Amino acid sequence: MASNPMYQFNVYRIGPEIKLGSVDISFTNASLFMVISSLAILIIFNLGAKKKTLIPDKLQLLSELSYSFVAKMISDTAGSKAKPYFSFIFSLFMFVLFCNMFGMIPYAFTVTSHIIVTFVLAAFIFIGVTIIGFMKHGLGYLKLFVPSGVPMVLLPLIVVIEIISYLSRPISLSVRLFANMMAGHTMMKVFGGFVISLGIVGGWLPLSFSVALTGLEILVAFLQAYVFAILTCIYLNDALNLHH
Amino acid sequence: MLKKIVILLFVTCFACFNTVFAAESGGMPQLNPEFWISQIFWLIITFGILFIVLTKVILPKISDNLETRKSQILENIETADKQKEESQKKIDEYEKIILDSKLKAKSYFNEAREKILDDINKKRAALEKDLDEEISEVEKELSDLKQKSGEKINKIAAETSAELIKELIGEEVNSSSIAAIVGDESKINRERKDV
Repeated sequence: MASNPMYQFNVYRIGPEIKLGSVDISFTNASLFMVISSLAILIIFNLGAKKKTLIPDKLQLLSELSYSFVAKMISDTAGSKAKPYFSFIFSLFMFVLFCNMFGMIPYAFTVTSHIIVTFVLAAFIFIGVTIIGFMKHGLGYLKLFVPSGVPMVLLPLIVVIEIISYLSRPISLSVRLFANMMAGHTMMKVFGGFVISLGIVGGWLPLSFSVALTGLEILVAFLQAYVFAILTCIYLNDALNLHH
Repeated sequence: MLKKIVILLFVTCFACFNTVFAAESGGMPQLNPEFWISQIFWLIITFGILFIVLTKVILPKISDNLETRKSQILENIETADKQKEESQKKIDEYEKIILDSKLKAKSYFNEAREKILDDINKKRAALEKDLDEEISEVEKELSDLKQKSGEKINKIAAETSAELIKELIGEEVNSSSIAAIVGDESKINRERKDV
């Protein structure tokens, strides 16, 4: 059963069954890793923000560099108007990054490898961005679906395509993250299984693959968190600065 | 656009795979809705707490830190600039003082030199005056002496010649005539000397 590469994605209950009415909201291994990731972020950044020295120590430097990294990312993609949303994008980026990174620890559970988690995040972003867009521009936000400089003949088609592309944003955003994390972890598990089945003689090749994949996956873990955050910024940019 | 279509296709593929392999391996645990609500619930709680604590407590601290560092660095640069300016001023002052003192020293030196030269000149003039006076006095004395000596010589010559004549002839000659002769002789001698 454990050799099944999909087994690692199983969610199981930890502790007693908790029911809210008829809905099961039990604490699971997924919940555990969400809590661990959040706590790790809070502890690291709290320690980093605690000392107020002119010359920062390691944790302080880490937190300050992350802060300026996210701040720069937001100002580069969404401009200065996106400043009020800084803390949300910072939390989002850090949460996804830490969940991805904790998933790289053997026997750990990857929260972001579940479509429901990424989809909830993406849907929240989608709804939030749409609300922000309508609040800033009113019905003028609908101009987003009418690109300028398009011939009148093509306009109905373009508008339909734009609407579909807009509505598919939460799906593409969530599936990108979930599929990347799931594919990477499945692949690592498959190669790990090859090491066992090929034994001491032939196992070295998949083992070296496995090592290389670990590096690649750590890269992907960071990259996907970054992509998730930067796409959020781009959507926010669309809502804040209407270009069309 | 194309990417999105591809991704949509992937999703449908996943769904298909799930139904196909469901019987064999239990399918993708991700598509099992048993714990979906629990995951959503705990995601909202954990992410909510994370967001609130980061927003209210931690991020303001970090931004404060960055701001204070920035302002402190700017302040330090400002004070450094100020101090640099001050030191430049002091250097200028110092150079001015040195220049002034050099000029003063030169002027003192010149004054002293002039004073000494003046003194020397005055003393020299006085000395020359004294010398001139003495010289003229001596010259006067000399000329007096010359005149007197000429008369005296004439007198002595007249007396001696009178005595000589008395001895020679034994008779007294008129002293005035002798004097006249002696005067003539001495005049001739003097003229000869002059020539």
